[in-house]
Amino acid sequence: MSLLNQTGSVILMNIRSIPQRLWMSLATVVSIALVVAVLLGFLALANGFSQTLKGSGSSDVAIVLRDGSQSEINSTLTREQIVLLGQGPGVRAAADGGPLVSAELLLIVDGIKRSTGTKANMPLRGIGPNGLVVRQQVRLKEGRMFAPGSNEIVVGAGLLREFSGFEMGKTVRFGAQTWRVVGVFEAPGTVFESELWADAPVVQSLFNRGSSFQTARVALTSPAQLDAYTAYVGSDPRLQLQAQSEQTYFAAQAERSGLLIRYIGWPLGVIMSIGALAGALNTMYASVSARATEIATLRVIGFSGFSAFMGTMCEALVLSTVGALLGTAVCGLLFNGLSASTLGAGFTQVAFRLQMGPELVLQAIVLALVIGFVGGVLPGIRAARQRPLLAL
Amino acid sequence: MTDFIRLTDVCKSYTRGKESISIFDRLNLVIPKGDFVAIMGPSGSGKTTLLNLLGGTDRCDSGQISFDGERIEGYSEGQLTAWRARNVGFIFQFYNLMPILTAAQNVELPLLLTSLSAQRRKENVLTALKIVELADRARHKPKELSGGQQQRVAIARAIVSDPKLLLCDEPTGDLDRSTANDILSTLQLLNRELGKTIIMVTHDPEAARFATRTLHLDKGQFVEVTT
Ligand SMILES: Nc1ncnc2c1ncn2[C@@H]1O[C@H](COP(=O)(O)OP(=O)(O)O)[C@@H](O)[C@H]1O
Ligand SMILES: [Mg+2]
Repeated sequence: MSLLNQTGSVILMNIRSIPQRLWMSLATVVSIALVVAVLLGFLALANGFSQTLKGSGSSDVAIVLRDGSQSEINSTLTREQIVLLGQGPGVRAAADGGPLVSAELLLIVDGIKRSTGTKANMPLRGIGPNGLVVRQQVRLKEGRMFAPGSNEIVVGAGLLREFSGFEMGKTVRFGAQTWRVVGVFEAPGTVFESELWADAPVVQSLFNRGSSFQTARVALTSPAQLDAYTAYVGSDPRLQLQAQSEQTYFAAQAERSGLLIRYIGWPLGVIMSIGALAGALNTMYASVSARATEIATLRVIGFSGFSAFMGTMCEALVLSTVGALLGTAVCGLLFNGLSASTLGAGFTQVAFRLQMGPELVLQAIVLALVIGFVGGVLPGIRAARQRPLLAL
Repeated sequence: MTDFIRLTDVCKSYTRGKESISIFDRLNLVIPKGDFVAIMGPSGSGKTTLLNLLGGTDRCDSGQISFDGERIEGYSEGQLTAWRARNVGFIFQFYNLMPILTAAQNVELPLLLTSLSAQRRKENVLTALKIVELADRARHKPKELSGGQQQRVAIARAIVSDPKLLLCDEPTGDLDRSTANDILSTLQLLNRELGKTIIMVTHDPEAARFATRTLHLDKGQFVEVTT
């Protein structure tokens, strides 16, 4: 009881004396807030990116690539292979009675980024009528779909947010050909929203692809059919292809690219933390020396060194907690939900929104508390070692 | 009167850099219970050092220090801290109040080390403030009080847990004559009415007159005793 009383009252005295060191304490709070905001920003970036990729895949759609291809961009499929793919087990039937297989092309074209005015790579996807059927998330927001056989494109809403020149009715030039934008589609939280779509046969002929495709999406009757279908694709020597669920494919992409952002965010957060820690140590040592006489007096009266330690430690933790909350608030107001784009799989741009989420906030707050704890330990020990002498 | 405090062959030296300065070499001193002793002497003669040894805020190099039959020179840091809290009240030249606490909260500090209930602490604080005639200033912060009033609060803090011994290091060194006399009268009252043993270091011969006897400290020894 007495230990609780004396420690509690020393902690209160420390905290109530913070205004006496207002500017220094504020500087510490701000530097910790900065660390938290930057780290959270990066984590939210990585999180939003991963979520978008993960949200793009269905579990009952198999994506088929050439054996050894990591992404759609560097895969090729022949028309004969596409026919064989439709004959596999568990393939859903399309409205026309044939297999529901969407043979697609994915090419890189140039666009202009709104924020920087610089050139960027954009994905142009050639699809047929089945392309929409295997992507149930897609809704036409404005205009209409491209007409088969014409130089028309529809544009994803996410791409439109980030890049200029693709507004409804605009004419764009890729290579020697001009294309007209006739529609805008939405597929919230997926990478498809960052793509341009055109009719597959037109893309084949204008980009000299002959009759070849790059990937196929095969709709299965249920996710349970995936193993059997994958085995079928892997075992037929005429195919030399690999199948996986679309969900697995995008999750792997998310893993790779999300890690990259995280690998920038954490080291940067740690480096900034070292700066903030130096500031926190400085502030807490100043607090201990400003209160040296008070601490010595309390020690003379009979207060323990432990209570002096706890007072200093809790002051540091309070400053870092305030910093953490401030940083979280700043990040939440400035970044959360902000749309961004970055290089995704195959070096094309993916548009997504930053997502903070409670686990990320927790990580940033833990980092702030670690800064506060380390910044409080050494000055706390100095406070505890203050000699209880009558005259100093 | 019985021996209350007894110093036997106490040696104390400080090391400054390589050299060691001896402050006390075989100091002997007996102070009976209920005494009010003034200690005078030139600056640097070791008066504060003596108070630190008597109050358990510093240790001697050798010798014995006994307090009411209890030998304290061998106590550990923690034991000394607990012993101080029970037995000694300290009064400083510059009051040493906590600036952010009110008078009452300052006085309550030593009671936070006891197992008294909040209600009992409140009562004891009020009693102590009444003794120093400051009950009406309980809610004032130190900076809202005069020097003399601050020293009264400090006295209330020193006596609130009812210690037997009061150690005062130049308690009137920062006060004008008439305020000083008020403080000294209060100390005299604590000695006479409440039976506190008081050891007071002072430079001021007028202050020393309030004590029952005066010890002169010079070159590590008490060279003269006047009654
Ligand atoms: N912690 C210390 N370390 C080194 N020297 C000290 C220390 N405390 C006091 N002294 C020295 O011991 C001598 C006596 O000091 P002190 O007891 O404060 O004298 P007084 O209170 O009589 O003026 C002085 O010379 C002082 O400089
Ligand atoms: Mg002195």
